[in-house]
Amino acid sequence: MATIPYPAASGTARLSLTSFWIALLAVAMAPFVIGSDYLFSAILVPVLILSLAGLGLNILTGYAGQLSLGSAAFMAIGAFATYNLYLRIPGLPLLFAMAGGGLVAAIFGLVFGLPSLRVKGFYLIASTLAAQFLVPWLLSQYDWFSNDNASGVITAPPLLITGVSFDSPAGRYAFTLGVVAIVTILARNLIASPSGRAWMAVRDMDLAAAALGISPGRTKLFAFAVSSFILGVAGALWAFTYLGTVEPAGLDLDRSFQILFIIIIGGMGSLSGNFLGAAFIVLLPILLSRAGAILTGGDLGSDVLENLNKVAFGALIILFLIKEPDGLARLVGRLRPTNKPIQQEPN
Amino acid sequence: MQFFLEVLIGGALAGIMYALVAIGFVLIYRASGVFNFAQGSMILFAALTFVNLVERGVPFWIAFAVTLAILVASAFAIERLVLRPLANRSVITLFLATLGLSYMFEGSAQLLWGSQVHALELGISDEPLAIAGLSVSSFDLVATGIAGTLVIILALLTGRTSLGLSLRAVAADPLAALSIGIRLDRVTVIAWSLAGFVALVAGLLWGARSGVQFSLALIVLKALPVLIIGGFTSIEGVIVAGLLVGASEKLAEIYLGAIIGSGIENWFAYVLALLFLMVRPTGLFGQPALARI
Repeated sequence: MATIPYPAASGTARLSLTSFWIALLAVAMAPFVIGSDYLFSAILVPVLILSLAGLGLNILTGYAGQLSLGSAAFMAIGAFATYNLYLRIPGLPLLFAMAGGGLVAAIFGLVFGLPSLRVKGFYLIASTLAAQFLVPWLLSQYDWFSNDNASGVITAPPLLITGVSFDSPAGRYAFTLGVVAIVTILARNLIASPSGRAWMAVRDMDLAAAALGISPGRTKLFAFAVSSFILGVAGALWAFTYLGTVEPAGLDLDRSFQILFIIIIGGMGSLSGNFLGAAFIVLLPILLSRAGAILTGGDLGSDVLENLNKVAFGALIILFLIKEPDGLARLVGRLRPTNKPIQQEPN
Repeated sequence: MQFFLEVLIGGALAGIMYALVAIGFVLIYRASGVFNFAQGSMILFAALTFVNLVERGVPFWIAFAVTLAILVASAFAIERLVLRPLANRSVITLFLATLGLSYMFEGSAQLLWGSQVHALELGISDEPLAIAGLSVSSFDLVATGIAGTLVIILALLTGRTSLGLSLRAVAADPLAALSIGIRLDRVTVIAWSLAGFVALVAGLLWGARSGVQFSLALIVLKALPVLIIGGFTSIEGVIVAGLLVGASEKLAEIYLGAIIGSGIENWFAYVLALLFLMVRPTGLFGQPALARI
């Protein structure tokens, strides 16, 4: 049962689906034509990486229903693991090092996910917060992780794939886009698979899921592993293609909250929501600072702007939770024509 | 040995302060089942408002009353604008909403009053006292006395009065509470106002101890493990857990820190809370939750 019959509309639907993919491709490629270095390195690259981080958290929280406040810790693990694998295994290609970094993050995700076998809801926050505080401490305490670098700040190695350099701003964007696209497609397939449906069953009612023969413990742990893997890859990208340095400082509790806000504003349990939410969260501070400069005729000062941002984000979170719990993804979805047949995943 | 005891006592006294913050959580959690992440920013907001009023020449008790009035007004606003529209939503949604509240409290406190550090003088002297051969800070003792008194009053208020009964009734089953004539909105406002009061007292004590500054908002992160070890519903449990966390993290910092490196204080309480979770998922004194399908 692939499609619920819906006369006359399926042709246009397929057409609009194709045109949707073409439009998406066009949007992804457009920056190469019109892009400036600022657009690439200050907006597009962080938006893509934060989208990927949002996807990681969304799998755990949006799809499997386990709240986490430690996303940035797993990003830090991914970044440092990638760096150390690349450094210590000669000849290891960068992309493999990144996948390895993701795997190391996944192992840590399993460890910090273990309490989910016994506790639920916000008791679980303690476990992810423990990760958030323990991991940066470990990374800055033991110099081995930063290769005995005195300052603890490491310059990321050049971005090379089979000898081709991706070190220009446009190249970094292309590199990030490629990795994000591949991981997103894999995650999409996983969500549509029985594993994905098991996540949602456990999220909606774990006791009922258990009665149906789904093992809640195994399902939750798998969600922790996949989520941490994606966050780890996002962390590696954050260090290698965005910052150009590997350091735990920027991956603190505030970053974890930011990723949480991305999925609340973008949409829990939605793939496109991660991208919408990340774009929103990167662009809003820029818009606020521009608007402030125009309204007051001068610079507001970073202190005032930061606090304005906080109030704005706090209010937006509450507003979205009340008015649109499914986030921007649903808002945008409403704008699209609705003559699409309801598609079900093939068995 | 003497040094060990001094560290233990100093830690335990600091732990009472954690407990004071954690009690703000328990009050709201018992009344509305909401895990209020904004408790820390409420402390920052209350302390900043109070200290700025005092610095502008407002007498102590009037500044206290005005700050309390603002907190009660925000309790009304929160009930009306945030909690009521979110009635019957999942606990996680409510938690996320308090995360938004937390950002709003933090941002507006610093927009209104700026973000520089203020000194706060409560007239409590801070000098080392020698008790049974051990050196103990007199400020810590007075602060513990205030916190302890407040804790006992709150425990009696929520445990032994009809108000306390209605608070617990609402938490146990909002619908049943409504049907026997308990005003849900009023109980919620009272709980949030009480939590605001606790935040103000905690803000003053912490502010006098370490200055009124942004780090006050981060106490919430210290109170969380205390809550988990003590159990979300028990004031007694939170006090015991506060003592335990305060004392053990100071001891760990000094004795364990010498072996594996300093800075343990930042995460030790969480690892302790995790160990407790694995053994006793409902905390020391928490009630086990029954799940029904």
